[in-house]
Amino acid sequence: MDFIFNPIVNLYNGLSPTLQFTLWSLVKIAIAIGVLHAIAAYAVLVERKVSAWIQDRVGPNRVAPPFMKYVPILGPILTRMGIFQPLADGLKFMLKEDFTPSGVRKAYFWLAPALAVIPSLLVIAVIPFGSQMGNQKMVIADLNVGILYTFGIVSLGVYGIVLAGYAANSKYPFLGGIRSSAQMISYEIAMGMSVIPVFLIAGNLNLSQIIGWQTSHGWLVMYAPLSFIIFLIASFAETNRTPFDLPEAETELVGGYHTEYGSMKFALFFLAEYSNMVATSGMMVTLFFGGWTLPFWGLDQPAHSLGIGVLQILIFLAKLCVLMVLFIWVRWMWPRFRYDQLMDLGWRRFVPLALANILVTAIILWMKS
Amino acid sequence: MIVNRKPLTFWEKLYLPAIIGGLKVTMRHAWGTLFQGKKVTMEYPEQKWTVPEGYRGAPYLVKDQEGNTKCVSCQLCEFVCPPKAIRITPPGPAGQLADRSNAEKMPEEFEINFLRCIYCGLCQEVCPEEAIFLQKDYSITGLTRQEFIYDKEKLLALGGISPGIQKWKNKLEEAKEQETFPVKV
Repeated sequence: MDFIFNPIVNLYNGLSPTLQFTLWSLVKIAIAIGVLHAIAAYAVLVERKVSAWIQDRVGPNRVAPPFMKYVPILGPILTRMGIFQPLADGLKFMLKEDFTPSGVRKAYFWLAPALAVIPSLLVIAVIPFGSQMGNQKMVIADLNVGILYTFGIVSLGVYGIVLAGYAANSKYPFLGGIRSSAQMISYEIAMGMSVIPVFLIAGNLNLSQIIGWQTSHGWLVMYAPLSFIIFLIASFAETNRTPFDLPEAETELVGGYHTEYGSMKFALFFLAEYSNMVATSGMMVTLFFGGWTLPFWGLDQPAHSLGIGVLQILIFLAKLCVLMVLFIWVRWMWPRFRYDQLMDLGWRRFVPLALANILVTAIILWMKS
Repeated sequence: MIVNRKPLTFWEKLYLPAIIGGLKVTMRHAWGTLFQGKKVTMEYPEQKWTVPEGYRGAPYLVKDQEGNTKCVSCQLCEFVCPPKAIRITPPGPAGQLADRSNAEKMPEEFEINFLRCIYCGLCQEVCPEEAIFLQKDYSITGLTRQEFIYDKEKLLALGGISPGIQKWKNKLEEAKEQETFPVKV
């Protein structure tokens, strides 16, 4: 095998460090986005299954590729679980006619889905999804201002939705866009302020080092539970999930901001919503639940072998999935907030609460020092 | 009616009782569906709904207990059918005889177009021979329009045997008895 690998290794060693870094970053980006899309696709399946169970139904249980009926025991079980449903859903989106309604503002109409999906993909750049494999850190960009970058990018997500509402030139998307902008702005502030105590405690803005702090002191959710609760609720609002799904509110606004969209453009909004869920879940895992670490079996130290490296990535994904299921579960549990209740909760409850949280944490830390 | 709205207590204002209540309800339902088989839906092509008595499904032709066609091609159902779904071709003067004794004729062809049928039951009501009944089939499917036009063989095969009276069975004996005196029947 050497005659295959040696030229590749030689070629790689011949590259400059900058090129090597670029190469590895591209590989990591490709894998991270692939995994993100897979999680988003299967989150839709989990969403449908969980909703079915809660509503006393069975959920997707039919779709299977033709050869599946020849697979003895596994085939029926997988079909019953609906494992192939996301493939069919994706294929359906691709095969649908990409229809542009006549009344829309065309340029914005085409731009909006891209603007919605790009920020949701960019957020995962700073989330450490594993310790290291070989000498590569398992994070795409190990920024010193990781969390500031995240908040900057997340707040861009609203533009896609507002633009979609404006571009559709129709009343329901317009109402959805208006609601979305008001909602996102008011919850952004509470969300940003809720994590300040975390950084006061950990003393760092770099997400990798926050995980490092948690390995020696314990998970931050125990130090700042109020921060976690505010962050969790604000992230429900940020990702437009029930009970704060006012922008799409199927029962009152038809489809909300994506009423006029179909086929792949609609799929992009869908993808953006689920990628946002993945990104905020990843953020919560990193900030409050110790990221890729577990406090036993030495899993809280950076990996020295490939196996442990993979295991730590799986730990991160497992924690992420638990939070994703929480997001999905809550959607089928509570009714939607009214618009004024939502604003009231954001501005008059969570902003003061987050401010008080900062103050109390700061005073305690000052007393201790 | 004026509903008396009580002001919420502090505990209720925290949304916590509502949150816990929601968690409990959804958990109970998910658990019941997953592990106790309490689902309320039916998986249609495998499990079918059993229709109640008197359900008006597709009308089919029936045979008598001896397997003979009961229809005598009187064309009353064709005449009464509001959407004109039934088309009967009578045998004509030189046509085939009925497949049972005593009956004069039977239809050469009997077609029901299920794209037109409205399942009203007037054919069953008007039939003097009790030869057509609305049965319990509610899923009439096909890939072409032609597949929805059921011919005599298909209607008879789907209709089955009717346990009703056999109006013509003893007609010959009865007619012969009419000749004798005193009348026995």
